Amino acid sequence: MNRLDKFRESFLWYSFKRDKVAIASLIVLMVLFLAAIFAPLIAPYNPYDPEMIDIMNSEIPPAWEEEGVAEFLLGTDSQGRDMLSTMIYGMRISIIIGLGAVALQAILGVLIGLFAGYHGGRLDAFFMRAADVQLSFSYLMVAIFMSAILQAVVGVAKFGEIAIPFLVLVIGLSQWPQYARTVRASVLAERKKEYVEAARVAGFTSSRIILDQIFPNTLSPILVLSTIQVANAVMSEAALSFLGLGMPIDRPSLGSLINSGFELIFSGAWWITALPGLLLVILVLSINMLGDFLRDVFNPKLYKG
Amino acid sequence: MTSLLEVKDLVIKFALRSGEVTATNGVSFTLEKGERLGLVGESGAGKSVTGFSIINLISKPGYIASGEVNFLGENLARVSDERIRSIRGNRISMIFQDPMMTLNPVLTIGTQMTETLHQHNPKMSKEEARNIALNKLRKVHIPSPEKRLDQYPHEFSGGMRQRIIIAIALLTDPELIIADEPTTALDVTIQAEIMDLLMELCETDDMGLILITHDLAVVAQVTQNIAVMYAGSVVEKGPTAQVVADPQHPYTQGLIAALPQSSGHGERLNQIPGMMPTLKNIPPGCSFNPRCPHVMDVCRRQNPGLRPGKNGSLAACHLYPAELVNPSAV
Repeated sequence: MNRLDKFRESFLWYSFKRDKVAIASLIVLMVLFLAAIFAPLIAPYNPYDPEMIDIMNSEIPPAWEEEGVAEFLLGTDSQGRDMLSTMIYGMRISIIIGLGAVALQAILGVLIGLFAGYHGGRLDAFFMRAADVQLSFSYLMVAIFMSAILQAVVGVAKFGEIAIPFLVLVIGLSQWPQYARTVRASVLAERKKEYVEAARVAGFTSSRIILDQIFPNTLSPILVLSTIQVANAVMSEAALSFLGLGMPIDRPSLGSLINSGFELIFSGAWWITALPGLLLVILVLSINMLGDFLRDVFNPKLYKG
Repeated sequence: MTSLLEVKDLVIKFALRSGEVTATNGVSFTLEKGERLGLVGESGAGKSVTGFSIINLISKPGYIASGEVNFLGENLARVSDERIRSIRGNRISMIFQDPMMTLNPVLTIGTQMTETLHQHNPKMSKEEARNIALNKLRKVHIPSPEKRLDQYPHEFSGGMRQRIIIAIALLTDPELIIADEPTTALDVTIQAEIMDLLMELCETDDMGLILITHDLAVVAQVTQNIAVMYAGSVVEKGPTAQVVADPQHPYTQGLIAALPQSSGHGERLNQIPGMMPTLKNIPPGCSFNPRCPHVMDVCRRQNPGLRPGKNGSLAACHLYPAELVNPSAV
């Protein structure tokens, strides 16, 4: 039996077929992800190319409004960029940062959680107190400090180039305790089980027990947490960019787009803020819905009503 | 010729917050190549901890305070972590009580088997490992092993799982298998099957077996020699047939009398009065004295060493005349 057949028989697929919300979320999410991946092919304009931007086209409302032009389906922003293209490119950046940050925090958090949970003692105490300390800071505060220092050191122009790795780093480093705590909790339950003892008796080294034997048993909470954390990371990135600490205005993410339109909202140009905001809500909501579905499948004790 | 395993005056202690507790007090026995030994006793007598001590895997706060565990002449109680890991699961395997719990629920049988092989032989190719796993599954009479290899533990019944666990223990062709109550969690018909299988495997491969159990019937059926443990010490040891037929130590006599088939139809079941002392307050002298029907003054003062009983086995009891014997010779 190959893997595809196995998947078709699995409980995951069975429940997925019966959950309309999950199917809808996955479809929305797939469309958004595909749009993000193939942004250069799909977007009608390239918002990063100054040649294609004409300041005379600024603040044109969406096509269905009275002053709208068919050329710019969702209107233009204050610099004359096509909103649709800018949003697709912005979503691409948001998703890259979201996934990158989650990958970083997952690697850090899972490794720390596995080893701290298995070995216990001082190692465990050290990392868990570090996690407590970390969680008692707001990540915004840390990000504000770090980005202020970094901008002062490399200059605002250079900062734009390193903004993506910087955001991945800030959001990734600030959220590892979530993973470490979740994983540690399941390791504490797993390491008492007899198969761990059997592995020790079979002569496995402790790192092989941790990675080969215990880790696969902690995957389902990790998977559920990951979906929620991707949504959180996208939101965090949007918040930082909105505050002007994230992506610069010439390479906007969804957050910085919302910010750039915010000043104009009372002059009537609502679409510059509202449309990227709407896209952000749809993106985060569909990820969260999918996360809820996964949680229900992997944790049957949490039956709803 | 050196024995396969020689346990000499093994003392295991647990350093608890409330003080130190002695789990085994000078346990000694030997096992020749291909020999099957039964380690019998009540819960808490120190059987399992003795089993674990052989592969130096006593969980904290326990430790081996003194004594030797010589495996083919090498004292495993004093070798490096790396050395013991290369013996554990490779030349000495262990089988546990509950087959429902000892397999990793999220890995296929095949993965678990090949991983064990790779741990001890990292250079082995995947195909080779798979072939060895298939062979061992055949050896424990699992039908259509090719299909079974890709299944998860929950797809097997209890008896099948115990077979798989035995197959995993056999993977590296060990010289010694320690089976810690391998059939307690199984029903009686499967118990017999598993015991027959173990015996058959020991005989064909000339493997040593230490069978840890509280079930005298199983021991009588499978083993050649027996060591009866009580409160951390060996109180009687000798050839199984003789010990079962004519037990020397009052505790062993009590154990055998307590078997349901020993009392007649409709009679009350026999039992040994009292309870085994907790390890914290083992009485002075012979540890069995508060429960012993033949208790004498000397029993409360002096701990009898193992001495020859009437039928050639050794018993730690003042009923028999003391004599200087080498306690590790059976």
